[in-house]
Amino acid sequence: MSAAVIRVSGLAKSYVTAAGLFPALKGVNLTIQRGEFVAVMGASGSGKSTFMNLLGCLDTPTDGDYYLVERNVGHMPSDELATLRNRTIGFVFQGFNLLPRMSLEDNVALPLVYSHIEREPRREQARRMLAKVGLEGYAQSLPARISGGQQQRVAIARALINTPQLILADEPTGNLDSHTSEEIMALFEELNNEGITIILVTHEADIAAHAKRQVRFLDGHIVSDIPTPGKEAASC
Amino acid sequence: MLAAMFGEAWHAMGANRMRTALTMLGMVIGVGSVVLMMAIGQGAQYAVAQTISTMGSNLYIVVSGSTSASGVRTGSGFGPTLTVADADAITELDDITHVAPVHQGTQQLVYGAKNWSATIVGTTPSYLDARAWSIISGYAFSESDVRSATRVALVGKTVVENLFDKEDPVGKTIRIRQTPFTIIGVLGAKGQNLDGRDQDDTVIIPLTTAQRKVFGVPFAGSVRTIVLQASSAEAMPAVEKSVTALLRQRHRIREDADNDFYIRNLAAAADSAAETTRVMSLLLGAIASVSLLVGGIGIMNIMLVSVTERTREIGIRMAIGARQKDILTQFLLEAIMISIAGCLIGLILGIGGALLVNAITDMVIVISGGSVIVAFVVAAGVGVFFGFYPARKAAALDPIEALRYQ
Repeated sequence: MSAAVIRVSGLAKSYVTAAGLFPALKGVNLTIQRGEFVAVMGASGSGKSTFMNLLGCLDTPTDGDYYLVERNVGHMPSDELATLRNRTIGFVFQGFNLLPRMSLEDNVALPLVYSHIEREPRREQARRMLAKVGLEGYAQSLPARISGGQQQRVAIARALINTPQLILADEPTGNLDSHTSEEIMALFEELNNEGITIILVTHEADIAAHAKRQVRFLDGHIVSDIPTPGKEAASC
Repeated sequence: MLAAMFGEAWHAMGANRMRTALTMLGMVIGVGSVVLMMAIGQGAQYAVAQTISTMGSNLYIVVSGSTSASGVRTGSGFGPTLTVADADAITELDDITHVAPVHQGTQQLVYGAKNWSATIVGTTPSYLDARAWSIISGYAFSESDVRSATRVALVGKTVVENLFDKEDPVGKTIRIRQTPFTIIGVLGAKGQNLDGRDQDDTVIIPLTTAQRKVFGVPFAGSVRTIVLQASSAEAMPAVEKSVTALLRQRHRIREDADNDFYIRNLAAAADSAAETTRVMSLLLGAIASVSLLVGGIGIMNIMLVSVTERTREIGIRMAIGARQKDILTQFLLEAIMISIAGCLIGLILGIGGALLVNAITDMVIVISGGSVIVAFVVAAGVGVFFGFYPARKAAALDPIEALRYQ
C-alpha cells in the first residue's frame, strides 16, 4: 500500500528581517510516500533548512498546506505539534544532541517520558533500541564516554523509540569521518528496508547516493527531483 | 511523568552542586532566621504574658494623694486621705468584684537566729482574690482576723527560702518589729512583676494588725492604697469614672479642685508591655522576612542563568516532544525543590539556633507549629513565585532558536 507520509502544496515561509520580509521558501510542492528514502540537497540559503523545520513541525508555514500522514498541520497549536514531534517524527541531528548528564539509556528513553510511559517499560524499550543500533551493554554510560559514531547511533535509537512514521536526519554525518559515516548510512538503509520513511538533509553527493530519491533546493524552490542513479529499480 | 521530572530536577541540582548549595543557602538563612526570630519574639511575648497573668486582671490601684504641711509636700501614698470607709463605699459600686485596702511597707523579719527584710502587706482577704494569689499550704486569714487584728501571717516563697531551711513554716512564729506573728499559710509562687521586683518576697497580714502593730498610722482607718478589681476589661473605664466621682464626693472636693488621690491602671502598664513585645516580634519577623525575600531573588537569579545555560537542552527536549507545559513544570519543580530543601535545612538550623539561645541565655523560646508551617509554606511559595518567571522564559523559547543555540 502506498500512502503519502508527507504531502506539501504551495508551502511558503517568510521571515521578518531588518531589511524587510525575506521569503525563505517560495511555494514548494512535494509528496513523499511511505517507505521512501529521500535526500534533500542544496547550498546554505537555498531554503532546505526552512523546509526541514516545517516538515519537523518545529515551525509553522506562512502559506500553503502541509499534510503529515494525511493530517493538516499547517496551523496546529504548539502542544499538538509537540505531540506530533513526539509520536510521528524521529529527529537525528548533525551534533547528535544527546543530554550530557544523562545515561545513554535515559537519553534514548527521553521521548517516552513525554508520552507518559512508566519507568520500567521505558528502560526496557530503551535497552532494546540500544541493542538494535549495536550498543547493548552501554546503557549506563554517559555520552561523553563514547565515540561520535556511537553517539549518533544513540541518537538514532532515541529517534526510533516511539516507532515514528518518519525520520528526519539533518546532516547526520556532518561531524563524522568517512568510515563512520558509511556505517551510519548503512544503518539508515537497513531501517529504510524495514519500511521506515527517511528524509535526509546533506550536501555531500556520496552520502545522498545512499538515498533512493534526491531533491535539490535553490532559492526557495525545488529545482530537481530525481531517483538516485543506479537505484531506480529500488524506488517505489 | 511527575516522578520522572522529580528525578530530573534532582539530577539538575546534583549537576552543579556548589551552585545549588549556594542558592539553597539563601533560603537556609532566610527560613532559619524567620524561625529563630519568631521563636525569640513569641518567647518574649509568652514571658510577658506570664508576668502579666501573675498581677491579677482588670486591676486599679487607688493611691492617696500628696499633702502639704508648712510648705513641705509629701509624695503620693503618704497623705492620709484614703480610708477603710472609702474602700467599703467603693464595694457598693457596680461592676466591681473585689476591693482591698492596702497598707504596705518594708520591715525586718526574724525567725530564730535568722532575719530577712521583706515587703509587708497589710490588707483584707479580698486582696488575695483580686491578685489571684493562691495558698499552697495552710489557709488564708478571714474577715474576722481583720476585725480582731489577730497576729497571723501568710508568707511568700522567697521569704520561706530565706528564713526556713527545710522546715514547714506553717505554725511557726516569726517576729515583725518585735511583734510575734503565727504563720498560717504559704503563698503560691508568682515570680517577678513587670518592674522586675520579686513578688514572692512578701508577707501578707491583716490590715488592722499592720496598722496597729507594724506601721502605725496618723489617723485610725486611713490607708495608703486601695486595690480594686473591675468585673471585666470593658467595665474598666466606667469603674474609673464612678470611683473618681464617689471619692471626690466623699472627700468633699470642690468642682475646680484637684483630686487628692490617684487612680493607676495596672492593665495599661501590662498592655503597653505586651504591645512592646508584640511590636518587637513583628519587627524581628519583618527583618527575617527580608532575608527570605533575598533568598528567593537568589533562586530566580540562578534559575535564569540555568535557563540560558540549558537553552540547547530545552531545544532538544522540545524537538523530541516536550510541550511548553512540560518545560515549565520541569524548571518550576527545580526551583521549588531547591527552596524546599533549603527550607528544611533552614528549619533545622533555626530550631537548633533557638534551642542554643535558650541553653546559653535562659531566654524563653517558643517554637510553635504554626510558625514552622508558615515558614515552610512561605518558602514553597517563594520557590513558585521566583521560579515562575525563569520557567516561563524557558517554556516560551522557540525550538529552532534553542536548537541552534551554542
